[in-house]
Amino acid sequence: MEYLLHIAIIALCFVVLAVSLDLLAGQTGLLALSHAAFYGLGAYTSALLAIHAGAPFLLAMSAGMLVAAFVSLLVSIPSLRLHGDYFAIATFGFQMILYSVFNNWSEVTGGSIGISGIPRARVFGMTIESRAGYVLLAGVFAVVAIVVVRRIARSPFGRVLRAIREDEPFATALGKNTTRFKVTVFALSAAMAASAGSLYGHYNSYIDPSSFTVLESILVVSMVIIGGAGSVWGPVLGAIVLVALPEALRFVGLPLAVAANMRQILYGCLLVVMMMFRPRGLVGQYGLGE
Amino acid sequence: MPVLRCENLDKAFGGVRALDGVSLSFPGEGIVAIIGPNGAGKTTLLNVFTGFLRADAGRCFYGDQVITSLPPYQISRTGIVRTFQDLRLVRDAPVLENVLLARPHQRGERLLSAIFPIGVAAQERKNCERATELLDFVGLTSKSSALAGTLSWGQQKLLTLACCLAAEAQVLLLDEPVAGVHPQLIERILELLRKLRSEGRLIIFIEHDIAAVKQIAEHLIVMDDGRVIAEGEPAILLERPEIMEAYVA
Repeated sequence: MEYLLHIAIIALCFVVLAVSLDLLAGQTGLLALSHAAFYGLGAYTSALLAIHAGAPFLLAMSAGMLVAAFVSLLVSIPSLRLHGDYFAIATFGFQMILYSVFNNWSEVTGGSIGISGIPRARVFGMTIESRAGYVLLAGVFAVVAIVVVRRIARSPFGRVLRAIREDEPFATALGKNTTRFKVTVFALSAAMAASAGSLYGHYNSYIDPSSFTVLESILVVSMVIIGGAGSVWGPVLGAIVLVALPEALRFVGLPLAVAANMRQILYGCLLVVMMMFRPRGLVGQYGLGE
Repeated sequence: MPVLRCENLDKAFGGVRALDGVSLSFPGEGIVAIIGPNGAGKTTLLNVFTGFLRADAGRCFYGDQVITSLPPYQISRTGIVRTFQDLRLVRDAPVLENVLLARPHQRGERLLSAIFPIGVAAQERKNCERATELLDFVGLTSKSSALAGTLSWGQQKLLTLACCLAAEAQVLLLDEPVAGVHPQLIERILELLRKLRSEGRLIIFIEHDIAAVKQIAEHLIVMDDGRVIAEGEPAILLERPEIMEAYVA
């Protein structure tokens, strides 16, 4: 039971990550390979504030979100002049830079050893100790993320994002400051990813750079692709499938060492199959790159 | 007083002078056609006026305001909107949504208002009413929920016209509004342009269809090799053999 609760918490963290990336990649058409970097920024900021300044969970998380949003401006403002593949490569570069900072700035981040002893989340005077409590907390985070993204998708703001996705010059010719929209949605997406990082850190009580690599960014992109970009529920489905499915391999009877590596093979196979037969994902509106 | 004008515009692409000292002024209202052979600089001129290209030299004005260095979205907000030769639309969105996109000053386009939509629904309703009126004006009411990409070429041209009107533009810069369109639809488009002119708008359109130009243009500008080679009444200019020779060439 504890194991299933742990999987549920991780799945819900990835729901927040996938839904927030879909806002950027699915709704706006900006494929970014840097989501794990913002996930990590949120985790590290929150952990450091909680440990060294005694900041309560919600305050530490908010700080992590603000830091991620601010850092996203440093990425988006120069990169948003680039289009398509070049933008993705620029964000990939940023991901590598942030990972390098997490891994090498030992005085602050602990380097490859990471940060341990992150205090448990305390919300409305209650310290959350049990996994069931974290499932509830992560569930709230996921619901809030889904509601926010759904409202944006259905709003005039979302209408402009889709126009940017489809034909940015058209939106510009109609008086829309498309740069403002792109910078704003990048910042929001980064902040949401950071909130998931903060939650993860306080749940796990330990973080290290290996949770925030480019492979994690690619995993989140895969969740959006497999679930379906541009639909609110697609990334949710993608996150659940890509977290739950590999865990099912444990019950197939494979040796542990093989099962761990099978996960990567499974992700790769799923992506290839989806791209060949269902590029719009399970329930998506668009294929990424269409 | 001229609404839109430019002084000594230059624009080169490598060794090709797409605009070479172009100076023009347009009145506050009317229908002006710009013709010329391919590569004359017509679309380049439109792109410079609307901020999609930066001139190498020269200035553009809208009223007293210098608009040369403004980004396209700001120029659009001053009251100048354009269409594109290659027909730009949000093809995967319904027709109505394309027109709604063009509505200015939408509260719901702010992030906080999108997440906490207080007062947005009322404005959205008004915008929907206006968008529906415009679709009725261009004859696309029955297609309002169809995806824009499923419309015929001519219907898409009508849709881009509706979008220009939804933006509440005073000046419409249209790049080949009747190119590739069925003759029946051409008549409808031309009739719509006449109606808009009677409402006091300035319509500047680029065209290769001389018949359409003869039907509605009140003033004609002929361009070739990045320069204005003639300007005046269409009926007179189009009779001049050197104009037709330059145009056909």
